[in-house]
Amino acid sequence: MRPRCGMSISWSRKSSRRSASAFVLREVGLELNTVTAHELHDMLISRKVSAREITQATLDRISGVDDKVKAYVTVTADLAMEAATAVDQRIGRTGEIGPLAGIPVAIKDNMCTAGTPTTCSSKILRDFVPPYDATVVERVASAGAVMVGKTNLDEFAMGSSTENSGLFVTHNPWDLTKVPGGSSGGSAAAVAADEAILALGSDTGGSIRQPASFCGVVGLKPTYGRVSRYGLVAFASSLDQIGPITKDVTDAALLLQVVSGKDPLDSTSVDLPVPDYVAGLRKDVRGLKMGVPKEFFAQGVEPEISNAVMQAVELLQGLGAEYKEISMPIMEYTLPTYYILAPAEASSNLARYDGVRYGHRSAHTPDAITMLMKTRDEGFGAEVKQRIMIGTYALSAGYYDAYYLKAQKVRTLVRQAYDEAFEEFDVLVSPTSPTVAFGIGERVDDPLQMKLADVCTIPINMAGIPAISLTCGFHEDLPIGLQIMGKPFDEETILRVAYTFEQNTDYRTRKPAL
Amino acid sequence: MTEFEPVIGMEAHAELLTESKMFCGCSAEFGGSPNSRTCPVCLGLPGSLPVANKKAVEYVIRTALALNCRISELSIFHRKNYFYPDLPKDYQISQYGETPIGVGGWIDITVNGETKRIRIRRVHLEEDTGKLIHSGGDESLIDYNRSGVPLMEVVSEPDIRSAEEAREYLVRLRAILTYLGVNDGKMEEGSLRCEPNISLRPKGTEKFGTPTELKNLNSFRAVYRGLDYEINRQQEILQEGGKIVHETRRWDDTRGVTAVMRGKEFEQEYRYFPEPDLVPMEFSPEFVEEQRAALPELPEDKKHRFVKEYDLPAYDAEVLTNTRAFADFYEETVKVYQEPKTVSNWMMGDFSRLLNAAGIEIAESTVKPADLAGLLKMIADGTISGKIAKTVFEEMFGTGAPPQQIVEKKGLTQITSEAELYPVIDQVISENPKIVQDFLGGNEKPFGFLVGQVMRYTKGRANPQAVNRLLRERLASVIHK
Repeated sequence: MRPRCGMSISWSRKSSRRSASAFVLREVGLELNTVTAHELHDMLISRKVSAREITQATLDRISGVDDKVKAYVTVTADLAMEAATAVDQRIGRTGEIGPLAGIPVAIKDNMCTAGTPTTCSSKILRDFVPPYDATVVERVASAGAVMVGKTNLDEFAMGSSTENSGLFVTHNPWDLTKVPGGSSGGSAAAVAADEAILALGSDTGGSIRQPASFCGVVGLKPTYGRVSRYGLVAFASSLDQIGPITKDVTDAALLLQVVSGKDPLDSTSVDLPVPDYVAGLRKDVRGLKMGVPKEFFAQGVEPEISNAVMQAVELLQGLGAEYKEISMPIMEYTLPTYYILAPAEASSNLARYDGVRYGHRSAHTPDAITMLMKTRDEGFGAEVKQRIMIGTYALSAGYYDAYYLKAQKVRTLVRQAYDEAFEEFDVLVSPTSPTVAFGIGERVDDPLQMKLADVCTIPINMAGIPAISLTCGFHEDLPIGLQIMGKPFDEETILRVAYTFEQNTDYRTRKPAL
Repeated sequence: MTEFEPVIGMEAHAELLTESKMFCGCSAEFGGSPNSRTCPVCLGLPGSLPVANKKAVEYVIRTALALNCRISELSIFHRKNYFYPDLPKDYQISQYGETPIGVGGWIDITVNGETKRIRIRRVHLEEDTGKLIHSGGDESLIDYNRSGVPLMEVVSEPDIRSAEEAREYLVRLRAILTYLGVNDGKMEEGSLRCEPNISLRPKGTEKFGTPTELKNLNSFRAVYRGLDYEINRQQEILQEGGKIVHETRRWDDTRGVTAVMRGKEFEQEYRYFPEPDLVPMEFSPEFVEEQRAALPELPEDKKHRFVKEYDLPAYDAEVLTNTRAFADFYEETVKVYQEPKTVSNWMMGDFSRLLNAAGIEIAESTVKPADLAGLLKMIADGTISGKIAKTVFEEMFGTGAPPQQIVEKKGLTQITSEAELYPVIDQVISENPKIVQDFLGGNEKPFGFLVGQVMRYTKGRANPQAVNRLLRERLASVIHK
């Protein structure tokens, strides 16, 4: 019943289901695990397929390719089949189900799942089984979505390649020698490799959008406060936000719809009405004003990336939008500022992993303080330790004003820069990442280069605004991400722009060969 | 020899009487089997988030208003970071810096008839920690039932100059807290804790000396004794030219001494920063006024009203209003028996003595205001004597029975009838011929002895005035014989 965590994957194979799935495959002409959620929904309500068949197809795909991709930390096959069965019964009884019912979803392993391990890809939480569900997990479950497993990440979401996972490295489905990006690398790789229809990621400095970009899928970071963080294991509380990683923009709208809205358990979630995101999807950008901040095209952005993004901008212009190049000089300071604020909050958020109540406890316990120090030394990886040390230093008396306080002031300036820009423009457009997916091991010894991978995504978290990433081209057969930034709580507009672009291009039809 | 002046500042922590904890829905009630009142939030499980308890915030605002503080328009929570096993998140959510909920108030205290103003620096809100239980051996257990219970901190300015002032400050603070109903005032149980810091300086100088902080002061008496001890200890050291060490000292109530708990020479590094999981609290003037309107009559106002309305001495009024329950009992009693000073005497005298001896609060006593009034009425109408009344009251206190019942059952009614008293008086006269002769010879002194004898034979039930009158009558008739 309880899936084991770690690298071992457990699920039930039922040969009869496999053949049923193969039957549908012949009839419909495609593999169910490759289909989008909104298309599967139509197939479910017209009873062309069952939720069990969809789930089985997805689990089969996981068993077929995940030893290469390594997207999953835990696969919850039995729970998934149970959930799918319940959806099938509901369809049988009432014929009515919500848009996500019966759709396989992968959950990043830093969101709490009651009874299923939640490791944060850290040795310190390898055996941690939460007694409660994160609000988002509860919301997707009550929408009838079928959780198929928990995905790999950079330990505690700290990283840009999933190489910092304390468990194992995830591979990019487009090229297994490349990283999938991070920190939501497992979720992005799972969706890209059709090992999940939908996935949830979390984004503190680009952790949804950058891996979505590297893996050629859609990733959306909502406005801070749009989605509850309750049950998301905190990295940097004032920057973290959960969002969808999906095969197309419509699915992103569907999943965002389900997880959005005020949660009484999260004081920072905002009590604003949640619009109908799917209804807002129109192929129409006429009169839309786009700003193109030139700072996002500097700092090591490869020319092929810039070109692809500018071509996307021009395509949108051709569809009736206007664009103008602008300058946001403060952006130069966002990366160093982020690396004060995020570690400062992390140093406090990660203090609780002390071996006292849960998770790893060192065997070396002559006294409480030694136990605590040994536990943390053994349990945390190098990147996490480094950030805890940076954060501890930045918050120390005597340095607080020079670092933390100053960084908060810069953050205010970043917000103001966006406010000003959004007085003139409806959206801002940029690359998601300066490069396409880089090679595994290529940057591990170059922390600065590694951190530059987030230079285009971090400012968005600092300002708390929403942004979406979707594919706008390929370079050396690897996807290029287009980032569209929007006004606070105006996810509708960025979804509409992304949808218009997606429907006028065919990048999403390209699939990695695995 | 240099004369030194103590400089004392008081930090008081009060557990708030809210139903639920500060940042989650768990019960905040005292007790419960270990770790039964916990949830992901107060256990600091990964991913859990705090949500501030509105009631607790209102309680702090009301306290701050009662302490004459200004309410910050915008108040935020901070994280105080330190590692300790009883602290599940390894940081405490507290309020640091310039914007606690309440700022800059005062309490007026009266010591030796003189009123003095002690300024309040801040009133803020934080969460309590769990409790470590050292079970012996090489294991320690932790009970997180107290983890996350709302805790209010009231910090005074260093305006206190003696152990007596410190005690009086706490008496007044406790009175205010219990009047507001935000805290139960139980110092023994630790729901109200105080940690004074104290330093000495040569009288007439401005500069503060090196302070020590005192812990484990679990009663007003302990506060007084602990500070008194510490003042003397520091004075001796300074007079011998020694230096005070900046440290926390623990009061040992049994041995009557303070001893070092831990050094404070190295400032603990708490890495305070604004709590990002909670949004800033904004208090509109309307909201603050609503809270002000919700304030009950406070001890100081009640005291003045008692002086005016019941014509009581200021001292009586102060003692009677120390707790709301005591004051309420008084007023209930006076409603039934309208002799305010008599009621006051009984409450400050016999009743207080019995409460103290039993170590209970008035609310826990079985005596009801109507019963005390009934007892006083029986004295007034001569049913029982004042002396008997004391015995009856002790029984009321012990059993909770109404006075009428006790008096009836035990036959304690006063004897006033001549028919009953004459035989006793006659017996006393005949048994003491010498003393009677002495009295008749003009010596008034032995008269008291004869009255006493009558009282003895009637087991104190005889009405003293009647005995007086009848005894004189009888003695006069002896002469005429």
